[in-house]
Amino acid sequence: MSYQTLGIWIGALFTLCILSFLYKDNPFYKFAEHVFVGISAGYGVALQYHNVFLPNLWRPLMAGNLLMIIPLIMGGLLFTRFFANISWLSRWSIGMLIGIYSGIAIIGFGSGDLVSQIHGNLLPLWGTDLFTALNNWILTVGLIACLVYFFFSKEHKGSFGVVARMGIYFLMISFGASFGYTVMSRMSLLIGRFYYLYGDWLNILPQ
Amino acid sequence: MRKFLEIINTLDRRWIFVFIGLAVSLPLFFPIGIKFSVSHPVQGFYHTIEKIPDGSKILMSCDFDPGSMPELYPMTITALEQMFRKDLKVIITCLWPAGPPLVERALAHVGAEYNKQKGIDYVHLGFKEGKEVVMVSMGASIPNTFPTDYHGTPVSEIPIMQGVTNYREVAMLVNISAGYPGTKEWVQQVQSRYQIDIVSGCTAVSAPEYYPYYQTGQLKGLLGGMKGAAEYEKLVGIMGLGTRGMDAQSVSHLMVFAFILIGNLAYFILKFMKRKESV
Amino acid sequence: MRKEVPLIITFLAGAFFIADYFIPHKDFSDIAQRINGWTIIVIAFAYVLGVANVARVNLDYIQRKGKDTPYKIVLLICLLFMMTVGIIWGIGEGTIFDWLFINVYTSMQAMMFALLAFYIASAAFRAFRIRSVQASLLAITAVLVMIGRVPIGEAIWKDFSNFSEWIMNVPQLAGKRAILIGAALGAISTGLKVLVGLERTHLGQD
Repeated sequence: MSYQTLGIWIGALFTLCILSFLYKDNPFYKFAEHVFVGISAGYGVALQYHNVFLPNLWRPLMAGNLLMIIPLIMGGLLFTRFFANISWLSRWSIGMLIGIYSGIAIIGFGSGDLVSQIHGNLLPLWGTDLFTALNNWILTVGLIACLVYFFFSKEHKGSFGVVARMGIYFLMISFGASFGYTVMSRMSLLIGRFYYLYGDWLNILPQ
Repeated sequence: MRKFLEIINTLDRRWIFVFIGLAVSLPLFFPIGIKFSVSHPVQGFYHTIEKIPDGSKILMSCDFDPGSMPELYPMTITALEQMFRKDLKVIITCLWPAGPPLVERALAHVGAEYNKQKGIDYVHLGFKEGKEVVMVSMGASIPNTFPTDYHGTPVSEIPIMQGVTNYREVAMLVNISAGYPGTKEWVQQVQSRYQIDIVSGCTAVSAPEYYPYYQTGQLKGLLGGMKGAAEYEKLVGIMGLGTRGMDAQSVSHLMVFAFILIGNLAYFILKFMKRKESV
Repeated sequence: MRKEVPLIITFLAGAFFIADYFIPHKDFSDIAQRINGWTIIVIAFAYVLGVANVARVNLDYIQRKGKDTPYKIVLLICLLFMMTVGIIWGIGEGTIFDWLFINVYTSMQAMMFALLAFYIASAAFRAFRIRSVQASLLAITAVLVMIGRVPIGEAIWKDFSNFSEWIMNVPQLAGKRAILIGAALGAISTGLKVLVGLERTHLGQD
């Protein structure tokens, strides 16, 4: 038996262990789940070592780039969380990370989402063919209605309430579409797994 | 009738699991081969790559893991097929930790088929932790962000990376995305800043929220889920897992529709009967 | 000073990267790129910290001799084994590390996600009840998109796919765009609150 065949058999057995959870929680599932958590955690550490630590930190530091001591110290400070009397030092590193991500997020959401999406909805409501104009009206009215619904500082009564209710209907259409696509996604994952079991493992699928 | 409806209403969910298992399994053994057309977002994906001059450099970010392989791995294979046919030079990065070994397999499979050479026709730069920070960092310098490739070779020694500093030296970005970080972050951090053309292949769960990006032109093309993969395979002319899974997809969707219908019918008819008895 | 210094670091780091977007000078971008590089390294350490925490929690459990102790021992053995073989013998194709990833990790993670297919079908049967106008709109759209996006939809009605594509491109898009804009406003305000120190939950308790 080659390593590849052995691997497929082991993969299939672990797959069946996970699948057994559908009947009820059982020792096979628990065993497989704990193996998975252990393997994935160990995988991540080894990957970080080879893909980040060695090329981005260790080798430049050994080549004489002494500025790399800064990220080494900042990274090391994170581990002070394990020691109660000096755990406050980890806040320096966390603060730096949170600050950088917040700054990047503000720019990203501002330019990539807010401005671009509003710009993208400034559509011609007349002057084009009837179908395009109708679609543009639906998009414009729909967006405004949904944004009115999200405005909770004013009570949804009267004409404001009517527009807000129309917004809910548009949101329900969005959520329905999302549900339909979610079903498609989940079924695809199952199709892939069954293809592996029937095809790669048992080799009983028609060619 | 009432007893039957009560059984339906309180059906053990494991029976539902059996029906779903059969709905997915049987079409794999007895394929139907229903034809399907190609939607505009998928055509956009295909034609955007097709318009790139042969021999150009393309950045491809494979941001997925085994959990979304059935949807995204066929897209990755098909995209590599299309790019290698056009002799495009592919620079691949991963922002998900479990992505690199899957990319290695895809490259080994398609690269061998087209006699493509590592370092000359493609390079796999591997994974970097950091999500949006990596994207922004690549905007300043890709070699500083990825000093070596996945196998530890310095990028300064890799022919395909010569002259590549940042996004301005690549023709476009092909993003295969399973979630966060993924297409949304690439659009927010890279497309809006550097105005690079981006096409996205994503899971069906994410696809609805990327339609606004497609409509504004921030995405030039969009593949959504296994159906998107199947449509793309049809355009490129290959028979992959995407296409093979379509029959099972059709039958399982009909099964879910039947569940919604039967579940609601049983519930409301039973409710009506109980109300009539109480009156 | 235990909270003030981190808050100042947060503000300076965030403000620097906001400024980086607007300042075109190469020297400024070079400094930003260098700090980005450091951030990548610090986040990698954070990942390792997470794994170390997993190990610590499970070791504590084993010491307390809980009922799942054998499973926790298996977890720790697998963690150490995978980490050791990966660091020492490498992570490329053909290594034990790669073999374990492809045959054990990939199989199990793929199956864990595939289980969701069963649960979504179960939820559709048992919990999806059309009790209001909104719920019926949700259900009708879900069914139209579900059937329209697969080949069987086109077999039933040749324009079913175009119709479901219209749903995605027009009414669905309006709702999603509103959510995107709302989320963008929320993210920007939360980011600003974090930068100016109004939001401090990331620093934990004293």
